[in-house]
Amino acid sequence: MIPVLMILVPLVSGLFTFFIKRDSVAKWWSLVTSLAVLVISLAGLTMFKEASNLQTNMEWLPVLGSRFHVSLDGLGQLLCLLTAIAFPVIFGATYNASYSKARSFYALMLLSQAGLMGVFVAMDALLFYFFWELALIPAYFLCSIWGGEKRIAVTFKFFIYTFIGSLLMLIGIIYIYYRTPDLSFSIDSFYKVRLALNEQSWLFWAFFIAFAIKMPLFPFHTWQPDTYEQAPTAATMVLSGVMVKMGLFGILRWLAPVLPEGFWSWGDAAAFLCMFGMIYASILAIQQDDLKRLVAYSSIAHMGLMCLAIFSTTDTGLQGVMIQMFSHGINIIGLWIVVEIIERRFHTRKISELGGLAQKAPALAIFLVTVALANVALPLTNAFIGEFLMFTGVFTSNVSQYNYIYTAVAGISIILSAVYTLNMIQKVFYGNTNTLTAPATDLRFNEKLVLIILVGLILVFGVYPQPMLELTQSTVEGLLKRMITKHP
Amino acid sequence: MNAIVFSAIWGVVMMFTGLFVKNNRIVRLTAIAGLALLLLLNIQDMRGIHLFDVDVKGMLSFETFGLLFNSIAFSCTLIYFILSGRDIEQVGMHVAEYFALLFFILCGVSIASSFNTLLMLFLGIEIISIPLYILTGSDKRNLKSNEASLKYFLMGSFSTGLMLMGIALIYGAKGSFVMEAIALGNSDLTPMLSAGLLLLLFSMAFKVSAAPFHFWTPDVYDGAPTVFTSFMATIVKAAAFIAFLRLFEGCFGDMQPQWQLPVAIITAATLLIGNITAVFQQSVKRMLAYSSIAQAGFMMLALVSLNGRAKEGLIFYAAAYSLATIGVFAVLIKMKDYTFEGFNGLGKREPVLAAANTVFLLSLAGIPATAGFMAKFYMLSATIANGRVFWLVILAIGCAAISVYYYFRVIQAMYFKEGEEEHAIATTPVFKVILVLVAIVLIVLGLFPQWLLDNLYNPGF
Repeated sequence: MIPVLMILVPLVSGLFTFFIKRDSVAKWWSLVTSLAVLVISLAGLTMFKEASNLQTNMEWLPVLGSRFHVSLDGLGQLLCLLTAIAFPVIFGATYNASYSKARSFYALMLLSQAGLMGVFVAMDALLFYFFWELALIPAYFLCSIWGGEKRIAVTFKFFIYTFIGSLLMLIGIIYIYYRTPDLSFSIDSFYKVRLALNEQSWLFWAFFIAFAIKMPLFPFHTWQPDTYEQAPTAATMVLSGVMVKMGLFGILRWLAPVLPEGFWSWGDAAAFLCMFGMIYASILAIQQDDLKRLVAYSSIAHMGLMCLAIFSTTDTGLQGVMIQMFSHGINIIGLWIVVEIIERRFHTRKISELGGLAQKAPALAIFLVTVALANVALPLTNAFIGEFLMFTGVFTSNVSQYNYIYTAVAGISIILSAVYTLNMIQKVFYGNTNTLTAPATDLRFNEKLVLIILVGLILVFGVYPQPMLELTQSTVEGLLKRMITKHP
Repeated sequence: MNAIVFSAIWGVVMMFTGLFVKNNRIVRLTAIAGLALLLLLNIQDMRGIHLFDVDVKGMLSFETFGLLFNSIAFSCTLIYFILSGRDIEQVGMHVAEYFALLFFILCGVSIASSFNTLLMLFLGIEIISIPLYILTGSDKRNLKSNEASLKYFLMGSFSTGLMLMGIALIYGAKGSFVMEAIALGNSDLTPMLSAGLLLLLFSMAFKVSAAPFHFWTPDVYDGAPTVFTSFMATIVKAAAFIAFLRLFEGCFGDMQPQWQLPVAIITAATLLIGNITAVFQQSVKRMLAYSSIAQAGFMMLALVSLNGRAKEGLIFYAAAYSLATIGVFAVLIKMKDYTFEGFNGLGKREPVLAAANTVFLLSLAGIPATAGFMAKFYMLSATIANGRVFWLVILAIGCAAISVYYYFRVIQAMYFKEGEEEHAIATTPVFKVILVLVAIVLIVLGLFPQWLLDNLYNPGF
């Protein structure tokens, strides 16, 4: 029941929001809805842990062999929690922003939440595909209506990119479906399929390109910086905080367990893409003068590292990925919030035009530095745990002979990330104030509140990651069993 | 049988209505009532209640497949009459005759969906075509309409000639017009038979506007009054496809591997030409003409794969495509300006129209949770199940991605661009309600396609 509620509540409430007459009510209503979803998710994680509560399996398309099967399992839990936390935080942080046609804005935000939840709980390939697309459509409208100047063309590029990817995935899904013993789309049947190596190889790419576009990985990343730059910040937070995790999640849930041999034989090729993309994006990030583009490129680099760790096929690596998916979501939303506050105050995102903010807005500076250091994975922050595990995983990986190279390159990318992050902090917050930043004031209450929550999460999970480790442990074991039993 | 007889009778009734009734509103309501009755009778037919018991000597055979398609075609026409009935009145003086011609077309549709001999196929296709030539030219003072009509007529009669030639050759090879007799002993493809087969293939490809026989389509669709374009591009095209599938499955199903390649090539060409040309259109009406070619390419996949899923898929595709296209056309007719810019700012001016139109366009583009997705899904999965023409699946996917470009241009215009003028669009509440209902039906069918397809095995709701 819990996963169904997690989809239905934002879906129904979102559709209802379209018809709310007053914009302020819509804003308040969507905040309440997102809090309700958070409560439901927390209840599912803590109180109602029986399998019967966390799973729903209903008839949907009997002729096609597809069922409405949703389940909140170990793999989905952290990401559902991330989605559930992200939306109230986003609504809270942007509470002061005013949008034209605000009710449609909030309605679409809630619809995208429903789609995201669906992706993370779907246990049926066709259902997964449905939600995969449904999460995209509201995002398309959000970015195209409320975005920046070049929004229409940029968002359209993003849409076409992901649409092509998902169609490739659809071919893969249908192909595997015809190979299942009982002609069914259910994940268990997909796990049972035995395919020849050459089939697995092309299927691997069909799925991997879909996921790589979503993450995005080099060379499929070109939509991302533009979209992040042009999209309204709330939508950017959804995209970068939660939606890009769909790609990693797809690899973990569908690609790696269903096509282990394809995964194994093409893992090095994919890992090279990740590796190259990490360095490439980090170098580009150093060059950026626009805060949004800087964070966008830094996100590409981080996603590359997470994807690389999946291909290590070790339990520490996979555990690191799962923890890092959560942490990265929290951190990057924190970064966007700070960027958004700066942009709203000073109407510029150019690093070169800002300076000396720490004198005027000490609270903002403290929060930004904490979030930024978490982004560089400094010890005591949540990202350190994830990245440390991922590094260990990549280093000890025995499926690839290049593991030392991977580790070294990943290390370089972390150093580069320190370069651009610290450089950004220095230029924006220290130095002398100029005419633009001189009249700056400090944070408002709601901004402080959400940042306190985020920084709290960063520190708590940085110091005490045990709950997350426990949560992911059994999942990773199950996953590895699937990935390795069929290992040649 | 109910449908064939009753649609012909009601066509005649409509002609007489034109003689005695001068009030267009009554004429329109008579047509709607007749159509509702026709739909009801056809559903009775599906349930096994036949009003007319005629010995057709095996020339027609009424199976659920054809009857279900009739029901879909009649339902779509009913929606079309309600949505666009007023616009039919705007075309010219002879309102009752237009409705009568539409009923005659429906008679042809019901023959084409249940023929059992090539003669009946020919008859059905001709009964569909001839009223269409007239309707295309019904805007008599418009030069483009006249040109389109003449072009359509010349090209159409040429393809009819091809079809007759093909039928004659097949008769020569097999000595019979009956489909079962033609299907017997088909393992050897004699030159005469294969020539006949190819001629039939080409003439049917012409009727469904598959490339390279599609050249008439954009001109005719563009020139014809928009209301009739809507009818032509949806119900008529779907009916031609049903006949196409019936013919090739019934007569040449066993030797499908031998003619699969030419059909696959035609399909690929149709997909490519339809989708790529649609990208460059400036007028939404012409874009829809090319989009109908592109969608025909997808429906051709049913013919390429020719399995159980393809048959189900074609029925479903016919419904999804017809409903969505009728909806888009119904909105288009209300616009003064048929260019993409004409749609600018519609989301602000007419939120209901724009929202419904968005659902139609999403469905045409094949986005999940709309019927269009399920339709494309059936087609792709049928082709993958067939297994021999995998390259076509990849091509179809690429084309589906291209199609997003031109369908979304309309959505972009409606929501993301500001319109200059603030002129109100004259619509009735009924129009809006039906439009929203069609959109809801599309979404419901996209989520539960079995609600329509179960009728194939378990007829009569």
